Order: sequence, then C-alpha cells, then structure tokens
Amino acid sequence: MSAHSESILREPLITGENITYSKITEDVLVPVENKPNKAWWIGFTVAALFALLWVVSVSYTFWVGIGAWGLNKTVGWAWDITGFVWWVGIGHAGTLISAVLLLFRQNWRNSINRSAEAMTIFAVICAATYVVSHMGRPWLAYWPLPLPNQFGSLWVNFNSPLVWDVFAISTYFSVSLVFWYTGLLPDIATIRDRAAGMRKRVYTVLSFGWAGSVKNWQRFEAVSLILAGVSTPLVLSVHTIVSMDFATSLEPGWHTTIFPPYFVAGAIFSGFAMVQTLLLVVRKVMNFENYITMFHIESMNKIIIVTGSIVGVAYLTELFIAWYSGVEYEQYAFLNRVSGPYWWAYWSMMTCNVISPQLFWFKKIRTSIVASWILSIVVNIGMWFERFVIIVTSLHRDYLPSSWVMFYPSVIDVCIFLGSIGLFFTLFLLFLRVLPAIAIAEVKLILKSASDQVKQKQIREGHVKKEEGETYLESLKKYDSVDYLKV
Amino acid sequence: MSNTKYILGHFADPDDMMHGIEKLQANNISIYDAYTPMPIHGIEDKLGYKRSRLPIAAFCFGITGTLTGFSMIYYMLVYDWPMNIGGKPAFSMPDFVPICFELTVLFAAFGMMACFMYANHFFPGRAPRVMDLRATNDRFIIAIDARTNPYPDKIVDLLTEAGAVEILHNERKYVSYE
Repeated sequence: MSAHSESILREPLITGENITYSKITEDVLVPVENKPNKAWWIGFTVAALFALLWVVSVSYTFWVGIGAWGLNKTVGWAWDITGFVWWVGIGHAGTLISAVLLLFRQNWRNSINRSAEAMTIFAVICAATYVVSHMGRPWLAYWPLPLPNQFGSLWVNFNSPLVWDVFAISTYFSVSLVFWYTGLLPDIATIRDRAAGMRKRVYTVLSFGWAGSVKNWQRFEAVSLILAGVSTPLVLSVHTIVSMDFATSLEPGWHTTIFPPYFVAGAIFSGFAMVQTLLLVVRKVMNFENYITMFHIESMNKIIIVTGSIVGVAYLTELFIAWYSGVEYEQYAFLNRVSGPYWWAYWSMMTCNVISPQLFWFKKIRTSIVASWILSIVVNIGMWFERFVIIVTSLHRDYLPSSWVMFYPSVIDVCIFLGSIGLFFTLFLLFLRVLPAIAIAEVKLILKSASDQVKQKQIREGHVKKEEGETYLESLKKYDSVDYLKV
Repeated sequence: MSNTKYILGHFADPDDMMHGIEKLQANNISIYDAYTPMPIHGIEDKLGYKRSRLPIAAFCFGITGTLTGFSMIYYMLVYDWPMNIGGKPAFSMPDFVPICFELTVLFAAFGMMACFMYANHFFPGRAPRVMDLRATNDRFIIAIDARTNPYPDKIVDLLTEAGAVEILHNERKYVSYE
C-alpha cells in the first residue's frame, strides 16, 4: 500500500542503519521469542493484582447488587457509566488508526496500528464489563436482545438508544476483533515458521494455515480495505449512539444535538492519548525506537491537539447555547457545572482537555518524549472528568430542588475503576508477550520507500535534487525528527 | 534431478523477484506461485490473477444485514406487537436506522471473512502449505513446477541472472508440518 518512490522531503518512517527484512522480523519478535525481562514481570504483577481487585469488587457487586455503589435516588448513573464511556472512547483510537488512516493512505499508521487495535479490544472489554455490572442483575443481561419475553409476546423497544447501544457495542467489538486478527495472520505465520516444538504447534493452530502466496495476499488486501471501509462509519456510529444514550433524554445538560460530534471528537482525543501513554513506554522498553519514531509521536500529538481543540469548541458551544436557548433549566445546569459544588470537576476537565493540549503547539513540547507522556496522561484524566461532569453534575441537580443531592463514590466504585485499569494493562502486557506488537508485514512494506537508510542512500548517490537532500538532512537535525540521533 | 518437484528461486529483494518473474515469463516458463513476507503490488496482474470478488461478497452480505435488521424491527415493532410509545407511530423509520446500519456492518464483515477463510482454505489448525520457511520472514520466493517445465538448468540460469540469492530443488512440495 505504499508507493515505490516517496518525496525526499517526507520524514522517514523507519530509522536506523542496516535495517533489512530479517532485522525487522528479529527486532519485533524479541519480546515474543524470549523470556520476559524484569520490567515486564514487575508491570505484569502490579497489573494482575489490580485485575484481581477488579474481580473481587465486581463479584461483590454481583453478589449484593448495585447498592454496593455510591448511587442514590437522584444520581442513578455515576462512575459506572463514566467508566463505560471513558473506556469505549479510548477504544476509538485503535479503529481510527487502523481504518481511517488506512483509507487516507497514511503510512505512518503501519507501525502503530497493531498495538492500537489490541488496545481497542481490551478497552471495549473493560467497557462491556461496566455495562453488564451496571444492569444490577447481570444474569438477565440477555434482556436487551430481541427475544420475546416470557411474560407475553412483548419485544424490546427498538426506539431506545440503550438497545441501539447493545447492537453498536457488540458489533464494534466483534468487527474490531476480526479486523485485528486478520491483520495478525501473516505475522503469526512468521512466528510459526521460526518456532519449534510446542510453540510451533500453538502458532500453527493460530495461523489458520497462512502461506503468503499471491492469492493469500491479494485476498488479504481486499479484506483489509473493505473492513477499513466498514469500520470507519462504524466507529463514528458507536460513539454517536453512546452519546444518544444521553442526548435523547430530557435531562438538562444532556438534551443537546451537539453530543454526537462532540463525543466522537472526545473519543478520538482520549484514544490517541492512551495510545501515546502506552507506546512511549513500549518503544523504550522493547527497543522499537527505529519503528516508532519521533515523527510518529509528533503526528499523534498533532491529532491530539486537533481533537482537543474540537472538544474545547464543543464545551464553549454548550455554554453559549445553554445561555442562548433561554431555557432556565439548561442555563442552571451549566451554571451549576461551572460554579456549583462540582466546580472542581468542571475546571479539571477544562484545564486537562482544553488548555494543556494547547502546549503541543510548541514544537519543543510536541517532540519531547517526557512532555508527551505526561500530557497524554493529563488528557486521560481530563477525559474521565468530562464524562463525570456530564453524568453526575447533570443528574445531581435537575428539575426538583427537593431531591438535589451530592454523589459520593463508595470504596467498591473506586476499586472497580482502578481494577478495570489493572485488567486493561494485564491484557495488554500479555498481548505484548505472545503476539507481535508491530505489524511486521506492514512495516516491511514501507522499508524500501520510507526508511531513513533508503533516503540517505538516494542522497549519497545523487538521485535527488541537491537542495532537497540538504533540506531533508537539515530537518532531521534541526527538528530532531529522528530520535536515534539523540539516543 | 529427476526427483525434483519444485524449483524455488529465493530473492532478497521484491524488485529483483519481479524482475525474475518477467524473465521467466519472457522465456515461456510458467510460474506456479510466489510466496512473499508482505503484499507485492502489481504481482497479481503480472501473474494473470483475476481480481478478488470478495468486495462483491461483502456488498451482498451487507445488503442482507440491512434487510434482516429492517424486517426484524418491522415485524417486532410494527406487525407483531405495536407498542404505544407516547402516542407516536409504531412505524418510526428514523429510529430503525442505527440497528439496520450496525447489522449491515456486522453481516458484511463476518460474511466477507467467512468467504475469505473459505476461499483460502483457512481454518484453525490447518497444516500450512508452506514451501520454504523463510518465505514468511525475509525471502521472496518464486516457485516453478519442475514437472511441467522442461530444461531445469535454463530456469536456474534465468533465476541467477535475475539476482536470486539461493535456488532450491525441492523433492517435496510442502515443508512438513507433522
């Protein structure tokens, strides 16, 4: 999917010297083919302990019911749906990278799509567990499915966004899984053909018999393109429908038409922040610096600043429309958000999501690994607060002042949230051990067109205009686009 | 030499392999298949493979999904048990759109994948039909059926000329996976 000749002015997507096809295989498979190091074990132990906390607290919730949470008569949705929307949003970056950037032929996606897609799947698993546990009686979780219920021949109400959500999330999860696994087939075959013994058997089963013949690849490419085509509207529809869970209600602060685009932008924003959080660590620990370069980091930071600004515009629009609508309930809902008892949540959200990403306008900050990592975590925190602000501050004071209350999370609420993060990291760390974290075949595809060594060779051999070659070399130094110059 | 079933030309570079294919074709030597660690663009045209029909399958499955979604909701909400929801009409078309859309995507994706698996004979645990283990790593391999193409020495010469780094004479078709 790459052109054979690429402008010399473009930044290289693979850096380092003497990169060959076999070196790519070796480099990417280091964590899969070797025993994990200490850092992995420490990370995995901590994550698994938190995942255990998740198992305990979710089981406790199932046992005693959602009374275990801090909910009350007025605030019936709080950390559960906050967590659900937060995780679904995080999942969106994976599909965006793998599908939308594929359609736009952005070759820099090739080295980050695999881990981002894995992240999508794990994030949606975390989100789905929230949905199931917030139902209160999870053993009846099949009720929103279109089955005739036993009290008569009444069907589910297809006018309800909650039913749409069941279809949207389950479609999203299964299609993402299929997309991810199809992409993995050639890479699993690579592991299979290098392995021996029991490992070979396991990877043989998992590889489905991939051989890499012409017809295999031709069909593979057709499938990838179509899946990208259907996933693109799918990912937009999923968060649109999630936002309709709120927008179709009559709750002040929720009942707004801006929700779908605002939620989708927020989802991409938080998703890229999470990709950044994970990949900055992964590239360092696993020595992927040649494949996930400063250019990749910078590109993701640019997407973060764009989507962060869209989210910022949405926040301001909400405030303006609340005032302009002349509806006093709506006006109060927003006044309460800004200056009510939850003012700190609102202003944390504003600071983390709107103000801090603006720092990425500075090239120095955009290309600093430490700054990118810290800001990506800040964005994740901000996006959690966004959902908390939308859900809890809208609910806790609505039409009846006599039922105005505050929401206080219980210990179980906190444990489920921390535990879901543990579950996510447990799954992600396991993924890094057993499957290639970078799409090997797709990186090989751009080796001959977009790697630094090829571009340097073109310059040495005088195949490019002299001034363009100089510009290329200068930009590498000047903007430090190539990380290895520094490392 | 007579036991040779397949001649494999190993190339280290995809462009060299394409060059090799051209050379062989110019000499009327038929190519059995090519095995590569990554997709090679233009190879299917060169070898005369037809376009994949998977997109057509995806479209048909997608349409099936749309119709399934629509008829399901219509049957349940309009025909079988119309509900009075705030006095609104039972046949509220805009509300049908999200689920029809999701089912379109679901059917298209899964139907196409099923066809993909079927056409490639992929299923979990299938013994891989691999001619050389390095084809999934760093070698671009042209396989030539030695039984149908005479003059093996000429084939070897042509492959070497095109820049093959290694030429194998395999007596078995596939690498054993037992």
